[in-house]
Amino acid sequence: MINMKEVIETNEMIEKENLDVRTITLGISLIDCIDPDVDRLCQKIRNKIESRAEKLVKTGEDIEKEFGIPIVNKRISVTPIGLIGSSACSKTSDFVKIAAALEEAAENVGVNFIGGYSALVSKGMTKGEETLIRSIPEALSSTQRVMSSVNAGSTRTGINMDAVRLMGDVICETSAKTADNDSIGCTKLVVLCNAPDDNPFMAGAFHGVTEADEIINVGVSGPGVVKTALTKVRGKDFETLCETVKKTAFKVTRVGQLVALEASKRLDIPFGIVDLSLAPTPAVGDSVADILKEMGLEQPGAPGTTAALALLNDQVKKGGVMASSYVGGLSGAFIPVSEDRGMIDAVKAGALTIEKLEAMTCVCSVGLDMIAVPGDTKPETVAGIIADEMAIGMVNNKTTAVRIIPVAGRKVGDMAQFGGLLGFAPIMKVNGFSCDEFVNRKGRIPAPIHSFKN
Amino acid sequence: MKKAVITVVGHDTVGIIASVCTYLAEQNVNILDISQTIVNGYFNMMMIADVTEPKSGFSDLVTGLDGIGKKVGVAIHCQREDIFDLMHRV
Repeated sequence: MINMKEVIETNEMIEKENLDVRTITLGISLIDCIDPDVDRLCQKIRNKIESRAEKLVKTGEDIEKEFGIPIVNKRISVTPIGLIGSSACSKTSDFVKIAAALEEAAENVGVNFIGGYSALVSKGMTKGEETLIRSIPEALSSTQRVMSSVNAGSTRTGINMDAVRLMGDVICETSAKTADNDSIGCTKLVVLCNAPDDNPFMAGAFHGVTEADEIINVGVSGPGVVKTALTKVRGKDFETLCETVKKTAFKVTRVGQLVALEASKRLDIPFGIVDLSLAPTPAVGDSVADILKEMGLEQPGAPGTTAALALLNDQVKKGGVMASSYVGGLSGAFIPVSEDRGMIDAVKAGALTIEKLEAMTCVCSVGLDMIAVPGDTKPETVAGIIADEMAIGMVNNKTTAVRIIPVAGRKVGDMAQFGGLLGFAPIMKVNGFSCDEFVNRKGRIPAPIHSFKN
Repeated sequence: MKKAVITVVGHDTVGIIASVCTYLAEQNVNILDISQTIVNGYFNMMMIADVTEPKSGFSDLVTGLDGIGKKVGVAIHCQREDIFDLMHRV
C-alpha cells in the first residue's frame, strides 16, 4: 500500500516543483470535411471540431480535480490545412477564412490553441500548399489561437530549399504584421524537419495523415522535478546522475500516461502517445537551464553544455519509455529561450549564443525555439538559419525546428515581451555575413546517404 | 473498489480528524487506513478511503473537503489513489 512518504513526495512535486501535465491535445481528422466551396468547408470544419471537442476542456478539468494534477493546456490539432483547403482555396484570403473558422471553433470549445494551419512540403509544394504558406502572415495576425507549421525537409526527401527561402519571407512578413505586439505572430509559427504526426506540443502540432479519425496525445513536463531531484546528488558520479534523471522521468511520465488513459476513456477517443518532453515555462523553478546548472555548469552555453544536454535528453527518454507503452511526438528536453528563465538569464549574461544553441539542438528535442533576433534581420538570413537547422535534422535523422522571431523595431540587447507561457526574450545577435546567394538558389538539397557514417 | 488518498497538512488544532471523519461518514465514504505524523512541525495526516459511491460524486467530495480544510485552517487534498500507485510502483 502507498505510504505517507510517497504521497508527500508526489504532492510536493506538484505544489513546489511545478509538476504538471503540459497539454492534452485532441487530434481531429478533417479529411471528411473537404469541399470545393470554401464557405461550406469552413462550416463543416467548425461543426466537426465543435462536436468532437465539446467535452475536451471539461474532461481535462475533471481529471485535474480528481487526481490533483494541473493540466495546463487543452489543445486541438487538425489535419494540415494545406491538404484540406487546397480544392477550395485559390487565393490566400480563402485560406485566411479557414484560419478564422479554426479560431472560432477553438474559442467556442474553450481550448488554448489549435494547431494544423500547416503544409507538409518536404519535397515539393502543391499550388494549394504554397498559397497556404503565403497566407500565414495574414492568418496569424488576424487570429490568436491558430498555430502554424511548415515541414520543409526530411531525412528521406532532403530539404525543400524553395520552401525554406519562402519561409524566410513569411516569417519577416508575419513579424511586420504583428509589429505592435513585439511580432508575436512569429511565436505561433514553426518550420520543421522530420515533423512527427502525433506531436501534442505547439506550435508544431498537427494531426498527421497517418492518424485515425481522432486521437488523444499528452505532453508531460516537469523540469523543476528533475532539478530538485538532482540537488540531492551533487558531486556524485555520472552513473548516479543518470539514475536520478531516469527515475524522475519515469515518475513524471507515469502521470502523463495516467492522464492520457483517463482522458481517452472519458472522451471515448483512442489514446495515441505520451510525449516525454521536459517543457519549461517562464516561471521560476520550471527551467531546463536550471537542470544544466545543477549538473555543474555555471551557465548554459559554457563548454560541456552539449554533453550535459545529451545526457539529460537520453536519460529522460530511457526513464520515460519504461513508464508508457506508447511514446511519440518530440520526446526530449526543450530548450526554448523566451520560455525558460534560466535560458533568458544565460543570454543576458552573454553565455549563450545562437551558434551554441544550434549545437545543442543536435542532441536534444526540437531546435532553435523562441529565439528573438533584431527586427532588421533579412529574410535571406532567416532562411539561412532555417536551412542550417533543417540540415541537422536531415542528417541526424531527428526532428528539428526553427521558431525565430525577428522582433520589429528591436535591436540586440532589447527585450521582447510575448506574455503568458510564451514569456519574454532578450534580442540575440545574428551573424551578419551574407548567405543570400546560397539560399536564393532554386530547388532542393538531396536526401543524405546513410552509409559511411562519419 | 475505488480508493482515494486524503491528505491533511497544517498547524495542529482540536477537531481536525473529527470534522474530516464526520464529513466522510455523511458522504458514505468508508475509511480504510489512517496514519498521522508531524513533519517539520506540521500536522500531516493521510487517509485511504473507499470512494466507490460517495453520496454526491467524487468531484463534490473534493470540493467539500477543501471547504472543511479552509474552515479548520489546514490544507486538505483528496486525490484518486492511482496517481500515487503509478508513480511509485513499477
